[in-house]
Amino acid sequence: MSVVYVDHVAAMPLHPKVYEAMVPYLREYYGNPSSIHEDGEKAREALEEARGKIARLIGSQEEEIYFTSCGTESNNLALKGIAWAHQGRGKEIVISGVEHFSIMHTANALEKAGFHITRLPVDQYGLVDPATVERAITPQTILVSIMQANPEVGTIEPIAEIGKITRAKKVLFHTDAVDSVGNIPVNVNELNVDLLSLAASTFYGPKGAAALYVRKGVRILPLLDGGIQERGLRAGTENVPAIVGMGVAADLARGEIPQRMSHLKSLGEKLTEGLPEKIPYLRFFGHPTQRLPGNVSVAVEFIEGEAMLLFMDMEGIRISSGSACISRSLKVSHVMLAMGVDAATAQGSLLFTFGMQNKPEDVDRILEVLPPVVERLRNMSPVYRKAMAKKA
Amino acid sequence: MYSEKVMEHFKNPKNVGVIEEADGVGEVGNPVCGDMMTFYIKVKNNVIEDVKFQTFGCGAAIAVSSMVSEMARGKTIEEASKITNKMVAEALEGLPKQKMHCSNLGADALHKAIDDYRQKKQGVAPKPEAKKCYCPVCDLEQAMEAAYCTGCGRELEDEHEQAH
Repeated sequence: MSVVYVDHVAAMPLHPKVYEAMVPYLREYYGNPSSIHEDGEKAREALEEARGKIARLIGSQEEEIYFTSCGTESNNLALKGIAWAHQGRGKEIVISGVEHFSIMHTANALEKAGFHITRLPVDQYGLVDPATVERAITPQTILVSIMQANPEVGTIEPIAEIGKITRAKKVLFHTDAVDSVGNIPVNVNELNVDLLSLAASTFYGPKGAAALYVRKGVRILPLLDGGIQERGLRAGTENVPAIVGMGVAADLARGEIPQRMSHLKSLGEKLTEGLPEKIPYLRFFGHPTQRLPGNVSVAVEFIEGEAMLLFMDMEGIRISSGSACISRSLKVSHVMLAMGVDAATAQGSLLFTFGMQNKPEDVDRILEVLPPVVERLRNMSPVYRKAMAKKA
Repeated sequence: MYSEKVMEHFKNPKNVGVIEEADGVGEVGNPVCGDMMTFYIKVKNNVIEDVKFQTFGCGAAIAVSSMVSEMARGKTIEEASKITNKMVAEALEGLPKQKMHCSNLGADALHKAIDDYRQKKQGVAPKPEAKKCYCPVCDLEQAMEAAYCTGCGRELEDEHEQAH
């Protein structure tokens, strides 16, 4: 059975060129970048070359890029590192209600440590209104952190506009751009951000390599105490093979973003147009135009997501869902709830995220497999029966 | 994630449907929690002659419903009343821990259908339903108003909001 992988939000395949570039660093070039002998020097050069490629991808300077192990670490470092360094000036931090867990839970931890967290509401599309950011900033505010693109519903936030406000108010601004860097054009100067998180695994790079951009002159403290790797901000021997892979992935992305966007956009649109023709009672999530290309977030009403996902999996189609039954915490997605989606509808959410290897035929396959799965589960659903009785 | 038995019942659930002239109907859960089950029974000479169900829920919830319907069919009312959620989970060769309480509601739905049957038949009022709440981490039963789990000490405030 052929597999249709449409869960790129969860994981992506490595670009073959990324893989090829990594192999020598897993085999012969195993030197430690901190060593001063030739093997160490070789690793150090590779590290700095990758740093330059990441910097070029987001329009920053090389020395503003700090390597970390994952997007979660970058987000932790941004929030806690700024909080610890600037707590003398104020203890207020502003985030949105649709952030990734690595921002949300880090903010919760800071709250327990005595910081005050303001969580901004979003509209029905998941958009943060820049005016609410302006109103939320007080003289005690030290940091605003709003994600650039929400992977669950695809919405792209007005980061540049929010950045203008934080600039004017002289408050530091971080954006979690893990799901946008490498997928849409991202430039730290155009966005007016002071810190930005990115991860290789969201643009065909390896897991285990990520970075935090920190604008020159911004004071920040490390999370890990240890050696002076990454100029003291991130102790620990660097994951050289993964970072080399991230550099190559960044270079490829920089050259291919327009083609990638148009390919993914056409697949996303084909699915978004095709689904309602075959399945009644759907609800699409996220902003209709300001969204990640190739991200289709939709709820199938009256049934539950995990059951759909399992039947799709049996047919070789790999997708995701925001249903509570999928999450280990058994909670409905906080993103859906923040957008005002009722919990029952959110249970039926499905998330399709296309990648470069997907073809229009994959959309045809989804449109062929999903409708009978939905019909089968709806025929089994007491909620559907009640809803139809009401409509009749 | 799921045992073979669960997948078997999920893929081909037995007794899906509605009995229009049912002798007893029982409904548990709601879609907000993630799982909802409705059981219908037809009783003849104190024996459950036919049983059908409809379920909104995950793979586990569907498999549980199917298993309960199979276990109840042909049993006397007294025998069927003794089916527990634990027996259902065992018959399914286990359920993932986090699904033990949210999806394992099949026996409860069956018992409600039996209570409904008894009430209709003999005018016996069904027992008031005891609300139950479980810690999502260690699965211990907790009082509805408990702020912390008595087993692992985890805060439960958020969990009660979604209590079943």
